[in-house]
Amino acid sequence: MSTETAPAAEGTAHVVEYEPDFRNRMAELAQKHISLVVLVVVVVIASVSFDDFATADNLTNIAIQNAQLLLIAVGMTLVIISMGIDLSVGSVYALGAILAGMASSSGAIPSILLPLLVCAVFGTVQGLLIGRGRMTPFIVTLAGLLFARGAALALSSELPVSIEGDAARWIGQSEVLGLGIPVWIALAVLAAGALVLNRTGFGQSLFAIGGSEEAAVLMGLPVVRSKVLAYTITGALSGLAGALLASRLGSGLPTAGAGLELDAIAAVVIGGTLLTGGAGSMSGTLAGVLLLGVIQNMINLYGGLGSYAQQVVSGVFLLIVVVVQRILNRSQRV
Amino acid sequence: MSEATADESGRDRAEMARWIRDRGVYVALAALFLLNVVVTNNFLSVGTISLQLVEVVPILLVSLGLALVIGTEGIDLSVGSVMAIAAGVLPLYLGYGWVAALIVTLLAGAVIGLLNGVMVAVVGIQPIVATLAVLVGGRGLAQVIAGGRQVRITDEGILALARTRIGGVVPLSVLIALAVSALVAWIVKRTVFGHQLLAIGGNRKASVFSGLPVRRILIGVYAASGVLAALAGVLATARLGASDTPNVGQLIELASITAVVVGGTPLSGGQVRIVGTVAGAVLMQLLTATFIMNNLPYTWAQMIQAGIIIAAVYIQSNRT
Repeated sequence: MSTETAPAAEGTAHVVEYEPDFRNRMAELAQKHISLVVLVVVVVIASVSFDDFATADNLTNIAIQNAQLLLIAVGMTLVIISMGIDLSVGSVYALGAILAGMASSSGAIPSILLPLLVCAVFGTVQGLLIGRGRMTPFIVTLAGLLFARGAALALSSELPVSIEGDAARWIGQSEVLGLGIPVWIALAVLAAGALVLNRTGFGQSLFAIGGSEEAAVLMGLPVVRSKVLAYTITGALSGLAGALLASRLGSGLPTAGAGLELDAIAAVVIGGTLLTGGAGSMSGTLAGVLLLGVIQNMINLYGGLGSYAQQVVSGVFLLIVVVVQRILNRSQRV
Repeated sequence: MSEATADESGRDRAEMARWIRDRGVYVALAALFLLNVVVTNNFLSVGTISLQLVEVVPILLVSLGLALVIGTEGIDLSVGSVMAIAAGVLPLYLGYGWVAALIVTLLAGAVIGLLNGVMVAVVGIQPIVATLAVLVGGRGLAQVIAGGRQVRITDEGILALARTRIGGVVPLSVLIALAVSALVAWIVKRTVFGHQLLAIGGNRKASVFSGLPVRRILIGVYAASGVLAALAGVLATARLGASDTPNVGQLIELASITAVVVGGTPLSGGQVRIVGTVAGAVLMQLLTATFIMNNLPYTWAQMIQAGIIIAAVYIQSNRT
């Protein structure tokens, strides 16, 4: 940093020129890594204030409880980078859990594949309405939220559907190297998501679309296809998350995941992905998910507070982050 | 038709889309009403009809506020949580009399609306995000206020809001909703504020350049939406006879946005249709009721509602 200001010796004019550049860079850095810094701070506070926090049991617990959210947030990151939004994820998650229960009598593999496929198709339909039909993402996925919840309730007759067979339960309930299988799956998907986002044409198109859709069209990028794919992936991952939850709990609940879309969006945005599209990262999303998970865990450890305290914290956190993003964004443009 | 050029058939289609957008809600409402006359037992009775009208009041009030917000090309997802906050605040102040409690509750709605408005107009956050954060946090806050449990309401004044029937027939809450609808229609059609909010929705940049007080109007619109949602929360609480912060107003933002859009108000702003919104709200309520009254699974109604939203928005986007 001292080298940045070194030209001051040559004349004050330089300093004035370099100043906005330096501020831009700091704003960008803060934007990208603020969630990681806050996560570290919160983890330190949690370890100091709660003896039970930094235990292997508790940490693996946080991991398994947030594996599903992480899966969904990976898809949401893709969608939000392309300046879209997917409000249907919580309901699709429940649909996935129900389908997993229904397919589990035919074996463990169908109990994962059926939800994955059906929910992917659900995402594709939403993507087509948004990409090809040029309809507003939030309206399409709001309708999707309603439809998928209705479908989950109708298919299950509004009752939990139990997971049949040890193999189908094994996926959600067993551990490898100390971590639950869903956690490994979520981490693998996160890594794959990061690769797709940063190293493939599809990922680059998403950034381009989020930056400026018109420009992306003019550049000849496959705008419609990229959008459809982003919603398809999000649908598939939500279904997979639902299937893994059902496997872990031993039954699929049609009411699962109400409000989950908000947690997913909050995690992605807290992780530094801009809701205005065009910028974001999977590492940030991981930090965002962990941050929400650790805060939830602290609230549980503290005890005496209902689950609604978590909602207040999520809401306030989301507001603070978007306000800070907005202010940083402004100073970047100066 | 076979002689028509592509241009003419395109115009025909655009005209038909416009006709469906403008009148579709009334046709659908009439059709659904007739269907119920035929299918549902005892549908044409004072009891059934007035029950349906009472049920539609919260959706209608919320939809009116949303129609104003959507007219400015905004959205307010926080309405359900504002209803919950209203349900949480109301019992706390009933000790001072029901009028005072009502005023404090409506003020609480206004404060949340102001918060939304400042986020959108001054800070410059997208409406969907700002109000989403309030949607998440608001319901939690409501439960913190209420201590996370249902509180029974015994105050006669509040209960009377739901139970009084003018002339023994027309429920007071329905008259309140109608009066508010007329007021909102008047604001949109006849006041400077109404014209300015439509101008902002039509073209925000032009409004800024022509010196309209854009921030103040936007804040006012979100505040109005907050007050209307709070009033809806009070009436829903009065009807239930209890403050049910966990459940009151859940998913009402969906039903209300559908009502507004189905009623012919475009999501792109610049236009507000109040009569259409009223019809849209009644349509949504009647659709749900049709399933319940005929012992069909409510979940089907949900899926059909989803289809209606998509169809309505599709027709709108086809227009241009």
